[in-house]
Amino acid sequence: MSLNLLLQVSPAGTTSTLGTANPVSIAIFFLFVAVTLYITYWAAKKTKTGSEFYAAGRNISGFQNGLALAGDYMSAASFLGIAGMVAIRGYDGLIYSIGFLVGWPLIMFLVAEPLRNLGKYTFADVVAYRLRQRPIRIASSVGSLMTIAFYLIAQMVGAGTLIQTLFGLDYEIAVFVVGIVMTCYVLFGGMIATTWVQIIKAVLLLSGATILVLLAMAQFNFSPGALFDSVKEQYGADMLAPGGYITNPLDAISLGLALMLGTAGLPHILMRFYTVPDDKAARKSVFVATGFIGYFYILTFFIGFSAMALVGKDSIEVLDKGGNMAALLLAEHTGGSAFLGFIASVAFATILAVVAGLTLSGASSISHDLYVHVVKKGVSDEKGEIKVAKRATIFLGVLAIGLGLIFKGQNVAFMVGLAFSIAASANFPALLMSIIWKGFTTRGAVLSIVTGAILSLVLIVLSPTVWVDVFGNAEAIFPLKNPALVSMTSAFVVGIIASLLGPEKDAADKFESEKLRTYLGVGSEK
Amino acid sequence: MSKTKTNEILQSAAFKKLVKNRWSISLAFTFLMLFVYIGFLMVVAYQKDTLKMPVGESLNLAIIVGMGIILFSWLITGVYVYWANNYYDAAVKEIKKDL
Repeated sequence: MSLNLLLQVSPAGTTSTLGTANPVSIAIFFLFVAVTLYITYWAAKKTKTGSEFYAAGRNISGFQNGLALAGDYMSAASFLGIAGMVAIRGYDGLIYSIGFLVGWPLIMFLVAEPLRNLGKYTFADVVAYRLRQRPIRIASSVGSLMTIAFYLIAQMVGAGTLIQTLFGLDYEIAVFVVGIVMTCYVLFGGMIATTWVQIIKAVLLLSGATILVLLAMAQFNFSPGALFDSVKEQYGADMLAPGGYITNPLDAISLGLALMLGTAGLPHILMRFYTVPDDKAARKSVFVATGFIGYFYILTFFIGFSAMALVGKDSIEVLDKGGNMAALLLAEHTGGSAFLGFIASVAFATILAVVAGLTLSGASSISHDLYVHVVKKGVSDEKGEIKVAKRATIFLGVLAIGLGLIFKGQNVAFMVGLAFSIAASANFPALLMSIIWKGFTTRGAVLSIVTGAILSLVLIVLSPTVWVDVFGNAEAIFPLKNPALVSMTSAFVVGIIASLLGPEKDAADKFESEKLRTYLGVGSEK
Repeated sequence: MSKTKTNEILQSAAFKKLVKNRWSISLAFTFLMLFVYIGFLMVVAYQKDTLKMPVGESLNLAIIVGMGIILFSWLITGVYVYWANNYYDAAVKEIKKDL
């Protein structure tokens, strides 16, 4: 990046420079990629064993993992999307963002410690611990891979569109850049590189958002009251209270459950608990992550309202009906185009980090669950396993690029909701029941996972989100926007009934001896 | 570890109490969290006007409650960590002494 280019920063004018190549953002983005690729190079030298590739040698501290978890979870969609939702719809955006936070305490109370103590690399390790390996591994990897695939499509399409809007770069080029760079992280640096990419991204995103809020609040003499008064004056007091977001309470509960319990069933989040040395560090990392994510949603709330008050709803809606550009317009308004460039490149880095985490967890599901425990029946040398994991990474990288290109211009907004619904319905019930219920059986687990996955998929197609919004039909066949209320409840019920109908003595016996490992950490992976 | 030793620990009162306490706390906190969040959604659905009540000069109840839930979610994980670090870990240490 030459100095000459850096000097061409255009002054903040009345019209936005969004969509033109911003030299600051290009410079910062290249710096980010250079630093993270250097870290990948450094991590590659330390990535030889399976535990290093999948779990960073279990050497990440509780605090570092907390930041990395936050980095994995705070997507560009939540940064730009939630700030935008607040900027357009006011308080309703906060209701939505709260749903993404309340799952974290449940991860703490229900899964983090048993997961760390019982498992090795994937959450299927825990489900399969005392059940029959093959059927469980096949079913859980289907649940994992479906969650990852839909999440990945939403991220890749989001990346392409966002970068096109921000930098004026072609959609296709953006998708290729994201796909290739993140594949490099995972392929060469495994979990060590992925963890550090997440940490750097989390620090960049949190500090960028903090500076943005400070710059905006400076215009209100740092008084939140003055900000809210300005919103009230321009748009009325109703903006500061719940509006039309919840019209049907069942709809709200169903989406709420998907977000809350789906968080505790996201494979790339669950996998991170294997990177810390023990259960104590696992619990600390949830506390740290919850704090940072909560803080982040408070920031997006202020960013949204500041954008509404300072930039104006109309100017935001002109660029994007959903308000996705609100945070960026606010950045330009308060800090000029140089700061806009900074925030834009942070958003880009955010996407890269999230897709890297997804790809790594997908690759471990393919290599550890499917290859080792299904194809090789549990006996495989470490070298062979890592080789398969690396091939799976390349395959997923190509797949991510392919899916990004195929779904260009499609309405993929429902896919995040679908990913959460599958995570809440296919992954979470089986994981929870395997941890707490002695009578849980192989058949119960498989049927529960299959029920949760299929119902999520079928019902979302019949729901207003796809049947009406995507296919353009007048009326939906299934009334709820998110199917989790039905699909998750069914997954629990099917799992319980199937287990009660055919008890599995072996599994129940092993449950007792497994307790030593679950609660005391005796024999846990070091 | 020998099978008898394992069984001894599994059957011991201390271990049973440990497991029972762990799930009593975890499940109580889980239901509390579910209650707070679902309760909030229900208030939003049925009692919108209550949330519009002004608090102080510029704030209203909705903002206080929303921010409060974010803070609560974080604090409750903190309480759990405090409990686990001080009580759970101590009990585990005590039981492991016998190993």
